[in-house]
Order: sequence, then C-alpha cells, then structure tokens
Amino acid sequence: MGQNRDHRSVRARFWDRWGGQIIFRKQRDRRDDAVAARFDAVGLRYGTGPEIFTDIHFELAAGSFHFLTGASGAGKSSLLSLLYLAQRPTRGSITLFGKEVTTIHRRQLPAMRRRIGVVFQDFRLLDHLSTLDNVALPLRVAGVTEEEIRRHVPELLSWVGLKEQMLAKPPTLSGGQKQRVAIARAVISRPDLLLADEPTGNVDDRIATRLLHLFIELNKLGTTILIATHSESLIQRFRMPRLHLEDGNIQVLDAPRTPARPPLPGSALNALGALGNPGEGDG
Amino acid sequence: MSWLPHVDLPVAEDGNGRFLPMMIGIMVFLATLAMAGALAVENVVDSWNRDVTGTLTIQIMPAEGTPEESERVTSARLEQALGLLRAESSVADAQAIPVPRLRALMEPWLGSAELVADLPMPRLIDVTLREDKPIDLGDLAKRLADAVPGATLDDHRLWLSKLVGLAEGLGTLARVVVLLVTLATAVAVVQATRSGLATHRPAIEVLHLIGAQDDYIARQFATRAMLLGLAGGLLGLLLALPAILLVGWLSSDIEGGFVPKVTLTLAHWMLLLCLPLAASAVAMITTRVTVLRTLARML
Repeated sequence: MGQNRDHRSVRARFWDRWGGQIIFRKQRDRRDDAVAARFDAVGLRYGTGPEIFTDIHFELAAGSFHFLTGASGAGKSSLLSLLYLAQRPTRGSITLFGKEVTTIHRRQLPAMRRRIGVVFQDFRLLDHLSTLDNVALPLRVAGVTEEEIRRHVPELLSWVGLKEQMLAKPPTLSGGQKQRVAIARAVISRPDLLLADEPTGNVDDRIATRLLHLFIELNKLGTTILIATHSESLIQRFRMPRLHLEDGNIQVLDAPRTPARPPLPGSALNALGALGNPGEGDG
Repeated sequence: MSWLPHVDLPVAEDGNGRFLPMMIGIMVFLATLAMAGALAVENVVDSWNRDVTGTLTIQIMPAEGTPEESERVTSARLEQALGLLRAESSVADAQAIPVPRLRALMEPWLGSAELVADLPMPRLIDVTLREDKPIDLGDLAKRLADAVPGATLDDHRLWLSKLVGLAEGLGTLARVVVLLVTLATAVAVVQATRSGLATHRPAIEVLHLIGAQDDYIARQFATRAMLLGLAGGLLGLLLALPAILLVGWLSSDIEGGFVPKVTLTLAHWMLLLCLPLAASAVAMITTRVTVLRTLARML
C-alpha cells in the first residue's frame, strides 16, 4: 500500500517537473505519431565492407519500451546511431515520428535530434563544463532561457542524486556519477525517444536496477525507450520486448510471459533516493 | 579567461587561449611599425616634393672672350635655354631675369653699379613648374647641360630630388613589409585556429548530436577566436604606439627643418587601428569556416 502511494508520488513529482509544464518546447500531440520509429529494408555498410545490416524491418510504437540485444559487434551501436541521426543508412528507409529521415534536408535534422535523447556508451560529457552546464547543454542549444535553466537543471540533478556534484567537472566524477550526468542530459528536454547504449555498463546491479526504474518512469510519461544492453540479469529482471540483432538481421521478441514481470523491488522513490547518496559504491 | 565577455557556451582551453593572442600581438606590432614607417616616409616625401616643385633657378655662366662677344654668346645661350625649358611639359613658365635687376641684386655685395658694369655677369632664369606634372630634375639638368654650355640647375634641389627617390623606394619597401606581415599573420592565424579546433572535435560532435544548429556551434567558437584575436591585436598596437610616438618625438627634435616632422594624419591612425580588427576578423572567419566544414562532413 505504502509502496503504491510512494510510487504514485514519484510519478506525480516527475510529471510536475518534467511532464506537466513542458517548458522546453511546444507540446506535440504524440497521438499523431503512433509509431516513433520505423525501419524499412534498411541496409548499412561502411565503405566497401560487408553489409552490417541487410534488409532490416522493425517498428517502435510510440510509448514502447524495448531492449536491444545481440552479441558484441552485432551492430547495436550502429543501429542506435542510425536512430539518433549520426549517419544515414546505405539503403532502405527510416521514419522517425512519421517523417522520412533518409531524404530529409540536413537543415531539418537538428529539430528532429532535439526530440531524441541519447545516453552514449562513453557518455560524451564535455570535460571543461560543470555537471550543471553539461546537463543544461540540450536546453541551451534549443535556446531555453538561462532563468529556466537555473530553475530546472538543479532540480533534475538533485533528483538523480548529483546535487553535491553540480559544479564538479566530469573528470572528478566516478564512472557511475558520469553515467547519471549523461542520463540527466538525455532526459532534461523530455525527449520523445530515448536511446541508451549500455547505460548500466558502469554501475553495479543495484544502481543499474534503479536507473532502469528511472527509464520506466520516463516511459510511463510517454517517451519511447530503446536500451542496448548485454546484461542478462537486466533482461531477465525487466521483462520487456526485445530487438535482437544477429547476422545482420533483427528479430522482435515479445516480452517473455513467464515468470511475470516482478513488481518494482522497493519503491521507486526509494530507488531514486538511494541514487542520491554520493560516494555509493557505483564507480 | 575571466576577462572575456560571457559566451553562451564556454569553450575548452586548447592552448590557443594564450598562443593566438601572443602571435597576433607580435604580428600586429611588426605590421604597425612597418606601416607607421611607410606612412611617415610618405609624409616626408610629400613635404620634400613640395620643396622640389614650385620654382627653380637656372644659372648660365658668362661665356669666354671679349665683353661684347661674351655678351652675345651668353645671350644666345640664354635664349637657347629658355627655348628648351619652355618646351618642357612640366614647366609652366620660364623668364630670364633682366640684367639691370641682376645688377641690383648684386649691389649689396659688389658695390656700386658702375664698378661692376663691365664684369661678366651670370644670367639667371626663373622657372615656374607646373604643380600637376612630375619632373625629373636630374634628367632636366643633364639635358640642359648638354644642350647649353655653362647652364646649371640649382643643385640643392637636384640633390633633394634624388633623396625623394630614395625615400620613395623605402616607402615602397615598408609597404611590401606591411603586406607580407599581414599575409603571414593571416596564414598563421588560419593554421593555429585549425589545429586548435582539432581539440574541440568531440565537443562539436556532441553539440551536433544533441540538435544544435551548425550556425550556433560555429558561433560559439568563432566568438572566442574573435575575442582572442582582438585582445592580441590591441596588445600589439598598444606596444607599437609608444615606439611610433618616440620616433616622432626624436624626429621633431632635429633642428633646421631639414628632416620634416614624422607625423601621422588622422586617416593614418585610423588605418593602424584597423590592423587588430583585421587580425581578429581573420581569426573569426577561419574558425567559422573550419567549424562549418567539420560539421558539413557529419550528417
């Protein structure tokens, strides 16, 4: 009972801060884009090498949550980079939020990218900027006022437990802390699509579980989520549908029905609260 | 870099923070000195030219022989010289000074007119030159001497005209130095900016991927390059100013008015002030172009 109340209050808080106000951009009618991303006969090769993908078809429904699995080198990062518009496929068509992006003009890409949050495998934080400035980056780039930034970034930072590290620079942070900065930067503008490349690679299981709950909360607010991971334990614990890459092809695997998806271990609020303890053994 | 105005996005230190202003500072210092030199020489040449132009005097020595014969030959030579001078395009007017007036001029030195009446007198021609035509006095003197025996051209002016030639040569040289230094600055700024930007590639990539417009990204880096260039340029100018003023002060101290004062006009000062602006503009434009090119290679 208490668990449920706590759980709701986290969602309410999150919605208040990041959903209800939608301060960072005009609210879009998500209902219009029933499909967040669609791949049609997508092929990708680098130079004259062999094709990494051959005829990939799949669809991410808006508001869905998928894991992206596959052996190392199967092309998980390449697939994500196609989604966050770092490169174009060699052939085929990719549709994001109802727009064909393979033929779209370069000038229209920044607006698309702002609807996508990315947690890079190597974080890609800017070392000379403070945690605060790193997380504020997507907002600054989108022209959000400093006043709004000062109001909202510290809130999110304390929410992910980095209040004390607000002015610290990335080189002084632990691996787990950097990861949380990277995640905060990816979610600060409340993206329509969140892509994460091994977002739990640098933290222990306990922290990984809690980060996953953060993504789940975001997903409940309507964000489509795709997480590349090779962590069997995550896949086992969070029974989500999977995109599985193998031999240049992709397979959509439904969420396993048994055992049933377990309830959130502990309350989400506690989970996120625990993230706030600095110096926790997550390095 | 707290002395820089706030940029939307702080740019990481890349070594250019110190290197670029220092290099531009030195270049601007050298260019400023060379340009000040060129401009000052130009001023000197102008004032000397004013002395050379205007009027000059031709002297015709009396010919040998009896007074009558001498008088006849000298008069013939006078007419010949007048003819030659009047045919010159740069000569507005040439008038022989009448003998009575010559004697009157001599009187204070030679005493009463009767005494010197029989002395052979050199004859003088007063030449008015046209302002708008250049004149090669050396050439004129030579042709005059060849055509008319005993004719000489005032040699002070001749010597001055040679000096003007030298000074003009120096002026041209200084201008070439200014041009080369400016060119070297531009090339060095372009190279330094490019190598500095390699450091920023990861930052440029991240900004690109989180949805920054190309123009926004380029602006962050270009603004910083412009400020660094401006700071260095102003520093160089600041160092060059005392040097210019010192030279000006030293030249004004020379007596006799032989060396005209080395002064720069307002227009010249404005030109000097443009150097730091030009240097920072080169830094800014290079940065912008380089960043935009880097971005154009990304999707």
